[in-house]
Amino acid sequence: MTINLLNEDLQIRENRLGSITGYHGSAKDLSNCSRKSVLNDRERSFTQCSSCSSGTAICQLAMIQDAVVINHAPLGCSGDFPEFNFINRTGQIKRKMKLKNVRLISTNLREKDMIYGGNEKLEKTIKEAYERYNPKAIFVTTSCGSGIIGDDVNGAVEKAESELGIPIVPIFCEGFRSKIWATGFDAAYHGILKKIVKPPKNKSNNIINIINFWGDDYFSNLFEKLGLIPNYIVPFTTITQLEKLSEAAATIQVCSTLGTYFSTALEQEFGVPEVKSPPPYGILGTDIWLRELGNIVGKEKEVEELIISEKQRIEEELQDLRNKLKGKKAFVAAGAVHGHSIISVLKELGIQVAGACTWHHDPILDNRDETSDSLKHVVDTYGDIQLTVCNKQSFEMVNLLNRVEPDIFIVRHSGMSIWGAKLGIPTMLIGDEQFGLGYQGIINYGQKIYDMITNSSYVKNLSKYTKLPYTKWWLEQDPFYFLGGNAGE
Amino acid sequence: MQVSEIIEYPRQFCTLAAQQTIVAIDRAIPILHAGPGCSSKIFGGASFSSGYQGSGYVGGSAIPCTNTTERDVVFGGEERLREVIDGALKVMDGDFFVVLTGCTSDIVGDDVAQVVSEFTNRDVPIAYAETGGFKGNSYNGHELVLESIINQTIEDAGERIEGLVNIWSVVPYQDPFWDGNLQAIKRLLEGIGLKANILFGEKSGGFKSWKQIPSAQFNLVISPWVGVKIAELLESKFGTPWLQYPSIPIGAVETSKFLKAVGRFANIDEKIVDEYIKEQESSYYYYLEKAADFLLEFRYGLPGRFFNIADSFYTIGISKFLANDLSLLPGHQFITDEAPNEYRSLIEEQLLKLAPGVSTEVSFIADGGKIHEKLRQYGNRYSPLIIGGTWDSDLAKELDGYHLSISLPITDRLILNRHYVGYDGGLRLTEDIYSSILQSYQ
Repeated sequence: MTINLLNEDLQIRENRLGSITGYHGSAKDLSNCSRKSVLNDRERSFTQCSSCSSGTAICQLAMIQDAVVINHAPLGCSGDFPEFNFINRTGQIKRKMKLKNVRLISTNLREKDMIYGGNEKLEKTIKEAYERYNPKAIFVTTSCGSGIIGDDVNGAVEKAESELGIPIVPIFCEGFRSKIWATGFDAAYHGILKKIVKPPKNKSNNIINIINFWGDDYFSNLFEKLGLIPNYIVPFTTITQLEKLSEAAATIQVCSTLGTYFSTALEQEFGVPEVKSPPPYGILGTDIWLRELGNIVGKEKEVEELIISEKQRIEEELQDLRNKLKGKKAFVAAGAVHGHSIISVLKELGIQVAGACTWHHDPILDNRDETSDSLKHVVDTYGDIQLTVCNKQSFEMVNLLNRVEPDIFIVRHSGMSIWGAKLGIPTMLIGDEQFGLGYQGIINYGQKIYDMITNSSYVKNLSKYTKLPYTKWWLEQDPFYFLGGNAGE
Repeated sequence: MQVSEIIEYPRQFCTLAAQQTIVAIDRAIPILHAGPGCSSKIFGGASFSSGYQGSGYVGGSAIPCTNTTERDVVFGGEERLREVIDGALKVMDGDFFVVLTGCTSDIVGDDVAQVVSEFTNRDVPIAYAETGGFKGNSYNGHELVLESIINQTIEDAGERIEGLVNIWSVVPYQDPFWDGNLQAIKRLLEGIGLKANILFGEKSGGFKSWKQIPSAQFNLVISPWVGVKIAELLESKFGTPWLQYPSIPIGAVETSKFLKAVGRFANIDEKIVDEYIKEQESSYYYYLEKAADFLLEFRYGLPGRFFNIADSFYTIGISKFLANDLSLLPGHQFITDEAPNEYRSLIEEQLLKLAPGVSTEVSFIADGGKIHEKLRQYGNRYSPLIIGGTWDSDLAKELDGYHLSISLPITDRLILNRHYVGYDGGLRLTEDIYSSILQSYQ
């Protein structure tokens, strides 16, 4: 059992799931090693900046509309506040919510706090946050600084909680603890599960929890035909909404890299069934996913009808796109499972996947379920591909891209697209994880890729004038020159 | 040391934001000895959310970093740093490397000086600065790294170049308009016959220009406080005289004053300076006159008072411009850069005599929550023009006012080489302020 809500802290992914950040080879080998638990991480001696758990924890918490998040950290750790504010505001506009800034506060730890401890300041900040916003809950995210000096965050939180009478939730997400920034998602969910979600009062038979980031509402349309109601979590929810997560009929996730811990824990602790299947991307993945969902909510017949009608609906358009995109090759760089999802969609479009880079790899998910194994699903359904696991090491990626010369570079993580542009490769950032979802998602992708390839003048011109920050020596080396150790036994 | 506030709506980040100072030097490569998320959070805040400034040559996801792990915290991270510097020298195509430390390394106490000295002993062009985030904010980080580079790598070759001036002014990336502003300063000084060594940004010459620092005739600090320490350091090291002009000159009134002050200090023939000013002013007022019909006849409400929420550079610069060139009246000015106590009286003095008979109230506050609370006390009786960051747009609406983002964070504008310094800078600011006001009527 990997999930124990009694623990203050959660086990990081390296320990819980055996997750790794270094691999290069065939996707099939990686998949085989994963299920046999013989996977070793391969470390790099040279590295470029990665990301940390603090950012991923805050990305799930910052947009809970009636909570406040306190970042117990020096001021640089709030570098992502403005971006979360932008996401919050655009999301509010789309959802017709009242437009307001994110409620994020930094304790702004300084030298004096490092010496004498930051607890007093944290207590003061919690009170201030309460007075400013009268929130329904306060989340406190930790940092490398607060972690190393050993601030008693639990102590401060308990004290404030008894005074203020609202849940105050510590989220332990120090950056140095895990190489896998997705651990921050788990940390946020751990806190929500521990202190916000309540045991169910009335079980619903049609509300479906959807663990997602902040994409558009693609589910309502699909679910309407099945009589189901989507409950998007966690961004753009309220505390009351989160309290009732235990009452849903099922939990689905757009990406199990994001939701593995949350969905498994909701099933284990509150009996909300998790839809266990490959991700709903690509035709077969969506088929399996829909059938599993239908099975859980007792809508098997409706699902079969939906599958037939949806496939018929996209058939002609899909064929047209396949013709237009024939012979094109792509390179994919994305978070683990979403990367596998993108590969499925590309394969459906008949695009050759000339290489893929995922930011980490979880050999297993928290549910230990084999049908949920997205990499195995890709390999079994679409065949083997060359796969790299690297935590945003752009020097490796640029070296690879430079060799592969794809027709399109598909990225899911900000800050990486520039490398495609500098090499003159049409580059498409997937900002909305729901964009490629289901049967319609294949069409969405195909059209967008076709548009991008049709006019690539911007990146072509740029590439003539911009310079890569890499030496000639490096671009001529094996891309995995700095990757040590062995992948398997 | 001042007691630090808690901060809502941050408008600067930590000392490690110095990475952006290095990114601004052409072909200089920052190497971070810090946690895995530090660099990307700084890039997100100080570059992307500062008008969507890009990665540049070696910013964003290209920055080498040790990505501190628990192991490095427990056993020390010196060996990791050695490895990453070694790799960076092979992989990254740069002329100059600067190691910057984050909280993890500074708390654990890694001997970074020792590790870096192993490379300097091999004649590798490399320096380091201890910029652990808890040491201060972005402005402090900028000064810290400038000091380190100067102390560790700049040597006096004995040469002095007549007319060469080192510019210490706006902080790259922290000022979203830094690139354009520095170019504008360069052009202004060229106008009176000086050669500005701007040190950062487009065509600034990269590390070569840094090596020229001791050769300058003088150092020019165009800033209320940032960079004063640097000029003092250069005076003590190389005997270079320096002049401080405490506001960034925006619009004709202030820019002409600025040019005269610099001209006097550099012993430039007054006629040359006057002639250049005359020519510039003539074209400035040609365009400013075009605005008169609109400014005088617009019937639907224009701002009654202006409120800056910005660092001391912009608060002083914009306040002087609006008061002198556009006859606007100030409300309250909020200075957000945590300017050290010793400089605050100079800053206040600048704002007390904005224009003849015009002065303004000023507060030094970095916590946006408190700033908004204070602004709400003014209510909507003034139709306030709030010049700040994107954080402040809702408040402007709430107070029936107008809003323009000019200070970080700016996520509602795209900034390439736009600038507000100088004569044409004043015209740009006029266009931007009134376009934003007009937009609010749509």
